[in-house]
Amino acid sequence: MEKFITLKDTAIPLVIENIDTDQIIPARFLKSTDKEGFGENLFRDWRFDKNGNPNEEFSLNDKKYTGSILVAGDNFGCGSSREHAAWALKAFGFKVIVSSYFADIFKGNALNNGLLPVQVSKEFLDSLFQSILENPKSELSIDLGNQKIEIPGKNLSEKFEIDPYKKTCMINGYDDIDFLISRKKAIKNFEEKQLEFLKEHSEENFV
Amino acid sequence: MKKTLFDKIWDAHVVETIPNGPNVLYIDKHLIHEVTSPQAFNELKERDIPVFRPDQIVATADHNTPTIDQHLPVKELLSRNQLRELSRNCEENNITLYGLGHPYNGIVHVIAPELGITQPGMTIVCGDSHTSTHGAFGTIAFGIGTSQVAQVFASQCLLLEKPKKLRINLNGKLKKGVLPKDVILYIISKLGTNSGTGYFCEYAGNVFEEMSMEGRMTVCNMSIEMGARGGLIAPDETTFEYIKGRKFAPKETEFKKMKAYWKTLNTDTDAVFDKEYSLEAEDIEPMITYGTNPGMGIKLTGKIPVNLGKSDLKSLEYMDFKEGESLINKTINYIFIGSCTNSRIEDFRIVAAYIKGKKKAENVNALIVPGSQQVAAQLRDEGLVQVFEEAGFTLRQPGCSACLAMNDDKIPEGEYCVSTSNRNFEGRQGQGSRTILASPLTAAATAIAGKITDFTKHLN
Ligand code: SF4
Repeated sequence: MEKFITLKDTAIPLVIENIDTDQIIPARFLKSTDKEGFGENLFRDWRFDKNGNPNEEFSLNDKKYTGSILVAGDNFGCGSSREHAAWALKAFGFKVIVSSYFADIFKGNALNNGLLPVQVSKEFLDSLFQSILENPKSELSIDLGNQKIEIPGKNLSEKFEIDPYKKTCMINGYDDIDFLISRKKAIKNFEEKQLEFLKEHSEENFV
Repeated sequence: MKKTLFDKIWDAHVVETIPNGPNVLYIDKHLIHEVTSPQAFNELKERDIPVFRPDQIVATADHNTPTIDQHLPVKELLSRNQLRELSRNCEENNITLYGLGHPYNGIVHVIAPELGITQPGMTIVCGDSHTSTHGAFGTIAFGIGTSQVAQVFASQCLLLEKPKKLRINLNGKLKKGVLPKDVILYIISKLGTNSGTGYFCEYAGNVFEEMSMEGRMTVCNMSIEMGARGGLIAPDETTFEYIKGRKFAPKETEFKKMKAYWKTLNTDTDAVFDKEYSLEAEDIEPMITYGTNPGMGIKLTGKIPVNLGKSDLKSLEYMDFKEGESLINKTINYIFIGSCTNSRIEDFRIVAAYIKGKKKAENVNALIVPGSQQVAAQLRDEGLVQVFEEAGFTLRQPGCSACLAMNDDKIPEGEYCVSTSNRNFEGRQGQGSRTILASPLTAAATAIAGKITDFTKHLN
């Protein structure tokens, strides 16, 4: 996994709430058996009409918006657990998603792929939208170490939360598999204890 | 300290706690299917890591499988590849696979309970958000992403923060014609689609206690639609009776012993929840959705709310509905009865009882897709197949089908479908399709009338 420390870039606004992973990557594109190529179909049915022509009004197609940060409405990534959604966002070039709320599974999937979900207050999200819509060239800066997101020109900033363990993983580019495998011994011990636990508990209560 | 049902199961599965970090949680059962597993198998192969506990994994093919001619090779190339890859991965790693055509094949969340794989007190995961279904048995069951599928392959564990606890109490007497699907649609419409984010939800109260296992599965299935990682219901005699005698259930003395343990799985009186809601059964009526998320629900005879926000209006535009409008008498050309929410035998018995002796309206395409081969066999044994045929309904072979339209079962652009599935997202049932979520009874009544109708008037 790539390391993530800080980022300063322009952002693309997506002023829609409850964006579900079916919109991020529709089910008909889930037939691949590798992780490549999902970027092309990111937000497919919003980006393109049914003849495959780009919808110019959609912010991802709007040339005035650029950058590797996506700023989206409340409750982003709800619905299906498909990690393809995180792969598609990454493949398209996003490194950070900002929203006032993330669905649990999406958030985990994003973190497991080095895509940083930054949860901000509703007020801050509104200021972000406003700033980007007013001036598409305005930049945002994200500092993972200090857990801070800022609109540099405007003197506006906010702290964001991230699980300390996940933060270490992001900063160092580690993933969970390495860690879990290093715990094999403890896991095997647990399996033995679990058998005893079930035996005891069932016999103790068995009348 | 007093513990909730959730605490009891969670705490019994914590291998260790990382200082200042997540828990290493042990997973008893891992269910897999063709769509979210291939990249996880690849990951392991690339890193040369073996599958740690293949005996604790069960695989099925369900998401992209056709519902006709399942004995023939799958026509569509990409789906066929995905299915072939699943077979190869299972074979190479000694994982049990109930593939297409196997008598145990079906939707992952239908087959595990009916085979007795799902048992109280377990932790169960699957690369599928509706894994919450298994919570009906008093398990901690939740959907995971593909990276986590790889983690469980590698270690039979996951790194997780312990979620917060939510309880929804529902007491009273349900009205006639109100099914478990209406109960959960009502709950989501009241609480909203992100009310459960960060929580595991316990459903408590006499309504759930009196519900069948099928009904409890329908409720727990849709926990994810209010954002919760999972939902669960304390196991009781109904649960034990359901499990008893099933293929992989413990046998005889072993069963009795396990049952003694299962009986300890309930929330202690005075245990504390982070959030709690109480609702009343009498307030619930048959429900339908009018928008593009499952929280946008109203009672069947109700009106679409007015003064909606921007996102909700966008949703209405997609559905081509208006604020303040009633959906009664809307012409409907498609109905779908199936999916892991409502494709169990009980659902079809209810449908059959309603449509027996009636005929579907001319304009309607009524699709029935059982959740599993075993349910399909039950339909034959109980003579329901004939009832469906006589009413002009189309019965297909098991699978996810029009729930997510990865196969050929798609709803055409612009058409409405009254569907017993769980998601009404834009394009979920095919590009441009418009989904109205409802119970099997509401779907059946729609098929007969050819339009949305207040069937409760005719119930006796
Ligand atoms: S029936 Fe639908 S919701 Fe259930 S597992 Fe299949 S695709 Fe997912």
